[in-house]
Amino acid sequence: MATIPADTRRASRRAAAGRLGTIVKAVREAPQAAVVILGGLMLVAIFADFIAPHDPTLPVQGAGVFDPPFWMEGGRVTTLLGTDFQGRDVLSRLIYGARVSLVVGLMGTLVAGGIGTAMGIISGYVGGWVDQIIMRVTDAWLALPAIVFAIFLAAMVGPSMWNIIVILGAVYWTRYARVIRGEVLTLREREFVKLAEIAGASKLRVIKRHILPNVMNTATVLASLTVGVVIIAEASLSFLGVGVPPPQPAWGLMLSEARSTLMAGQWWLTVFPGFCILLIVLATQLFGDWLRVRLDPQLRNL
Amino acid sequence: MPQFIVRRVLYSIVTLFILSATIFLVVRFTGDPVALMAEASARPEDLDRIRHQWGLDRSWPVQYVTFMQNAFRGELGKSFNYRLPVTELYFQRLPNSLTLGLAATLISLLIGVPAGIISAVKVNSRWDNVAKGIALLGLSIPGFWLGLVLILVFSVWLRWLPTSGAGDWRHVVMPALALGWYFAASMLRLTRSSMLEVLGSEYIKLARLKGLPDVVVIAMHAFKNALIPVFTLAGVNMVVMVNAAVIIEVIFAWPGIGRLLYEGIFQRDFPLVQGVVIMAGVMIVGINLVVDILYAFIDPRIRLTR
Repeated sequence: MATIPADTRRASRRAAAGRLGTIVKAVREAPQAAVVILGGLMLVAIFADFIAPHDPTLPVQGAGVFDPPFWMEGGRVTTLLGTDFQGRDVLSRLIYGARVSLVVGLMGTLVAGGIGTAMGIISGYVGGWVDQIIMRVTDAWLALPAIVFAIFLAAMVGPSMWNIIVILGAVYWTRYARVIRGEVLTLREREFVKLAEIAGASKLRVIKRHILPNVMNTATVLASLTVGVVIIAEASLSFLGVGVPPPQPAWGLMLSEARSTLMAGQWWLTVFPGFCILLIVLATQLFGDWLRVRLDPQLRNL
Repeated sequence: MPQFIVRRVLYSIVTLFILSATIFLVVRFTGDPVALMAEASARPEDLDRIRHQWGLDRSWPVQYVTFMQNAFRGELGKSFNYRLPVTELYFQRLPNSLTLGLAATLISLLIGVPAGIISAVKVNSRWDNVAKGIALLGLSIPGFWLGLVLILVFSVWLRWLPTSGAGDWRHVVMPALALGWYFAASMLRLTRSSMLEVLGSEYIKLARLKGLPDVVVIAMHAFKNALIPVFTLAGVNMVVMVNAAVIIEVIFAWPGIGRLLYEGIFQRDFPLVQGVVIMAGVMIVGINLVVDILYAFIDPRIRLTR
């Protein structure tokens, strides 16, 4: 087996270049609204330091607390979307909040997808008692509503952004494990896998070269549909005070801070952060739906 | 069939064992409840005494076995904070959560089923697109934010509905809508795909060939069969909603088990948290078991698969 690689490597490089081309093409074909929203939010998150008009954690000089948006009486142009209970600029906090949502959404999905795909492949390919154990753990995980499990873990572990990423990964991996295992069970019986085994390829090699590439489509589709769920989960945890700790600007946290003054009618503190969450999740859903139909028609029912 | 039931029941028991052990371990891995229970000035001897009193000085396996023995007798330990049995607190709050869950299920059905049927009958029409839009928004609007916006509109601006607490129907409307919204989307999707499947089947074609009017075909023939999976999902969703309504219950100060869990978490009331979470697992494993067995009765093919 050791003599082949030179050729295969070239082939795989070509494949990688082809994949990049596919991605570029995919972005062009994807629903435009989703691409514009997601791309825009990503740019905002990356360049938050340059875009945000004020420091998101400090009161704005010269502005009061609970200043309304600029078009209302008492609003000013320096704080376009108003200020919060500490006199901090809502727009700046929303801009930095995009960072938290995107980082947690993408990293959490990556962790969940990584664990889930690995577990699914091991479970399906190795089989036997390993399969039994992994599937029973999956069942146990699925027995709790994901959000209750996440709240429970977050409350026990303590609030920080990185803890939340790990926790959400640890909660949401089960769906991947189930679906991927199912795929591996059929892949395992396919001829190219059997032939590789007969040729003496090790289990690890079969998994790496033959199983993994064939489940990547499914994993990608699942991931695109998980991002939104993870973003809402993060916002929920932050809202309950077990997620991203203050004074960090996270959308869920902003909603939580707005709650105590909701009755006083300071609607901008509640409406804007929630609308941002809605927008980003809507975009990921649109993108995910499109990807699902494109990559794997069998997954339509997921 | 008996073999199928036995296997399913065994799986459920194993699931609950793994779940309870996981929860038990996580609770014990993360901090010392005794330090939080005692006053700051407590001496080490006092802490040891409390630890002994609550049985926290024994090894984890011993604690777990004791916990499981008690659980089988229907006792989930005593709340640190309330000094009352966890089960007593739990069953005090459960009726409220059931009310909310039931109301939310009704709302999700009222939105999801008609919209799903219209969207399936008039597939690819304007109505279908509207329904698809509703489904998409259902998954994208965070339920708790919807709750806050409802409070803003109906309590703060219009002053129609009370913001919090439990009482008459006016207290239930907003939390039920906020909770049921997400599930309405899944009802809609399922109703639509289920109706489409049935409408494409042979017996519906026959009914149409017989010359029956569309209304009769849809209402009498398709509707009944298409709604079996929908109502099954509604049942399962209701159990999930009863247990997963933590944030909604917190926002609307609804005295259910979700709020009990939330309070337990912030008071570091380990037995309470542990108990509520395990009860959620028991209820959901239970409903899944019931659904699996019922379906195996209806459709014998299911018995053969794992």
